[in-house]
Amino acid sequence: MSLITFDLQHQPQRARINMALLLALMIAFPFFAAQYGNSWVRIIDLALLYIMLALGLNIVVGFAGLLDLGYIAFFAVGAYLTGLFASPQFAALLESLVYNYPALGEWLAALFGEEIRQNGIHLSVWAIVPLAALVAALFGALLGAPTLKLRGDYLAIVTLGFGEIIRIFMNNLIEPINFTNGPQGINMVDPIRIFGVSLAGEAGSQSTVYIGGYGMPSVNAYYFLFLGLCIATIFITSRLQHSRLGRAWVAIREDEVAAKAMGINTRNVKLLAFSMGASFGGVAGAMFGAFQGFVSPESFSLTESIAVLAMVVLGGIGHIPGVVLGGVLLAALPEILRHVVEPAQIALFGEKLVEAEVLRQALYGLALVLIMLVRPAGLWPSPNKEDRPDAALAREEEEAAA
Amino acid sequence: MSDVLLNISGVNKRFGGLQALTDVAIRIERGQVYGLIGPNGAGKTTFFNVITGLYQPDSGSFELDGKPYSPSAPHAVAKAGIARTFQNIRLFGEMSALENVMVGRHVRTKQGVFGAIFRHKAAREEEAAIRARAQELLDFVGIGRFANRTAKFLSYGDQRRLEIARALATDPQLLALDEPAAGMNATEKLALRELLVKIKNEGKTVLLIEHDVKLMMGLCDRITVLEYGKRIAEGLPSEIQKDPAVIAAYLGGAH
Amino acid sequence: METFVQQILNGLVLGSMYALVALGYTMVYGVLNLINFAHGDVLMIGAMVGLSILHGLEAWFPGLPGYLQLAIAILGAIPVAMLVNVLIERIAYRRLRNAPRLAPLITAIGVSILLQTFVMAMPFWGRNPLPFPQVLSSDPIMIGGAMISQTQVLLLALAAIAMFALVLLVERTKMGRAMRAVAENPRVAGLMGVDSNRVIVATFAIGAALAAVAGVMWGANYATISFTMGVLPGLKAFCAAVLGGIGNIYGAMIGGLLLGIIEALGAGYIGDLTGGFLGSHYQDIFAFVVLILVLTVRPSGIMGERVADRA
Repeated sequence: MSLITFDLQHQPQRARINMALLLALMIAFPFFAAQYGNSWVRIIDLALLYIMLALGLNIVVGFAGLLDLGYIAFFAVGAYLTGLFASPQFAALLESLVYNYPALGEWLAALFGEEIRQNGIHLSVWAIVPLAALVAALFGALLGAPTLKLRGDYLAIVTLGFGEIIRIFMNNLIEPINFTNGPQGINMVDPIRIFGVSLAGEAGSQSTVYIGGYGMPSVNAYYFLFLGLCIATIFITSRLQHSRLGRAWVAIREDEVAAKAMGINTRNVKLLAFSMGASFGGVAGAMFGAFQGFVSPESFSLTESIAVLAMVVLGGIGHIPGVVLGGVLLAALPEILRHVVEPAQIALFGEKLVEAEVLRQALYGLALVLIMLVRPAGLWPSPNKEDRPDAALAREEEEAAA
Repeated sequence: MSDVLLNISGVNKRFGGLQALTDVAIRIERGQVYGLIGPNGAGKTTFFNVITGLYQPDSGSFELDGKPYSPSAPHAVAKAGIARTFQNIRLFGEMSALENVMVGRHVRTKQGVFGAIFRHKAAREEEAAIRARAQELLDFVGIGRFANRTAKFLSYGDQRRLEIARALATDPQLLALDEPAAGMNATEKLALRELLVKIKNEGKTVLLIEHDVKLMMGLCDRITVLEYGKRIAEGLPSEIQKDPAVIAAYLGGAH
Repeated sequence: METFVQQILNGLVLGSMYALVALGYTMVYGVLNLINFAHGDVLMIGAMVGLSILHGLEAWFPGLPGYLQLAIAILGAIPVAMLVNVLIERIAYRRLRNAPRLAPLITAIGVSILLQTFVMAMPFWGRNPLPFPQVLSSDPIMIGGAMISQTQVLLLALAAIAMFALVLLVERTKMGRAMRAVAENPRVAGLMGVDSNRVIVATFAIGAALAAVAGVMWGANYATISFTMGVLPGLKAFCAAVLGGIGNIYGAMIGGLLLGIIEALGAGYIGDLTGGFLGSHYQDIFAFVVLILVLTVRPSGIMGERVADRA
């Protein structure tokens, strides 16, 4: 019986109170942090996106037990989709198409219209998000399909390979047709616009968003959007976990042979895990692209895949609150360290002895190694069922037999 | 509803240089408790694995309830109506006992992603039905009070019962048990025997691999004996006990 | 466009390095059923140590002949790499021998990151790419219309010697027999008096030595090294090991050379094959495509090691 619990099934009242408290804290946070400048909220904005990624990966790794080392590919898919359909990039694509394949290019350009030829496509967030989710889900199934018969470590390396392949394509799909603009990435990605209000603030407002008469910094506006999305992700993944599908995933994780013998079509269920996990990655990616305003391949490397995995592993594989904790620790902490540790070192020693980047990497590496050696279930694993220590168990058996 | 539930013949299976099964056949009637015995290495579990789709046979014809079924995929076999337990108990260790049995209901239920996320009326009703049936089965096998205990912490005997409950949850026509009494002491075996009789009295058809001859003789309606992958005897328990080939197989004798 | 012979030569050079690293993967997998994800970084450590040794020689014993310098660099890098790999096994893997398979893999990833972080943090190495001293003359040697440098010839020779030595070790020595026994059946080997811990330590050490050779020669061949240089070659070497048949050392050698050739030819001809759509920048994909194909079509690889799971 723990004090801090979000376990709605076994301790519903306490869980609800904790959730309400946490929500209140989260809502209050940006107003409090705004006094110290925008950077703190910005850190949490990105952390929230990474938490979404961790929750998505948790479906694949945590529920279904499939070690996906290429998960960041879906983040990339969502981001590049936004880059392509909510920025001037499509114009560049049409231009390269016309240049290299004139007949086809001219026809397509005429089809899309002169406006798009000049300015590119600019879909609204209401179109981009479902599109990102869908396309990412499709990629999830595609990348998962060859891995279905593979054993754990091979599956990991193959998914890693896929992640790398996607990254290489993103880095090179600039000629002959300019899909991704190569290593330079795509700039001028549209910010998110909800009900006519741009979350980056209108031009000249110094990144201030006005809702009604009330103004807040752009990073705060994004904060609430991402917080909402995070909560939705937690809600959806939690519902998935406690369902027939969620049980099927855990069955496959625990013993695939037995799962098959019990009638679970493991191929389809695994593909569903990949797809669902990927779709969250895609949505997070779309948000990322819009938030940053640019998309470039260096945000989607193996390092990032491993970072997200580290969040899941550190927090508590399969346990949603644990994964959120892991996400908070590993996404926010390094940034916070950077803001604190470097100036502290200069103040104390007069120079930067250890760079923040080194600290960040060390943190990730240590997290993975130490957790596996010392506490493999994670910092905050699932509370076990009604388990009592052996002595009490034995007593109970006696009583029941009597 | 024909009398013959399971009709399998001509099963051959080779692993590299080893002919594990040669022309094995079995015919089980509805409501029977059918035993499969033989010395270690005779191919009993291999045969089980073949008829439940874990191994692909080199040849064989497979009929369940008069309809041919293809033992190509385990989940299809479960759907067709054969549920099994494993020699080495394969439970879903981290799940509770109740959840283990609920997984058994998977093949007879259908809610998917939509139902999971939105929990509309049909989904909620199905989930409640799954839970109720699972508890019912746990009670039936005698471990109802352990519903919320993590499966890996159950005692050995209770784990075996749980596996049986889980198999029953798939609403099978044929329940195939692979050495359910393995590792049990006399008391536990007695309790298991009672459970198997209870299952039989419910009208279920059971195929049983076992080493405990006494248990088999008292329980089974008919028995097939395998040795080195071949069927060497088939018939009533009383006939099997007296069959010289069977005696020779177990005690060793001139071939 | 380089000639076919040139590409084959390039492929053999690249493949030799892959083979050396693949041997480390395959041997560890053979005895422990574990993918040592950090093995590529051992190559990197070997290169870094080699670099420092060469700098040291330059500073204190200038004017030594190039071959001697490289020999000293390699001989110095080997023990360091061995120590690193043996420590990794002791600290990160030993306790997880009976854990579920994913645990040591995750730990290995962590170790890989830590190795890179360590190198990143050292002031004499750091985050930026470092130029690797070119101690051999770069005048190319012509072989049938294709060019090869002295460094590359040395690389091929060293790889051949190392592989030959390994075969001798595995086939003719007591330790080699012990390694083969543990790979086949650790429990029975233990019953026969083989100390499996010692065998495992030896396996890690030998793999590290080969990787160190590959690392130093990689630096000599490509003239730059960095703290991330080991990741991709390591993964590709693993793909090579799977191609050849994981657990089989001849497979690792064949797989490594073959993958090198596939990459070289692929990079050369991919433009033609795809009508200009894909260029040689896509070179890195080949290893993964090969891996996926092998695991889908013939998981046991060329030499046919069994990888199957039983019910």
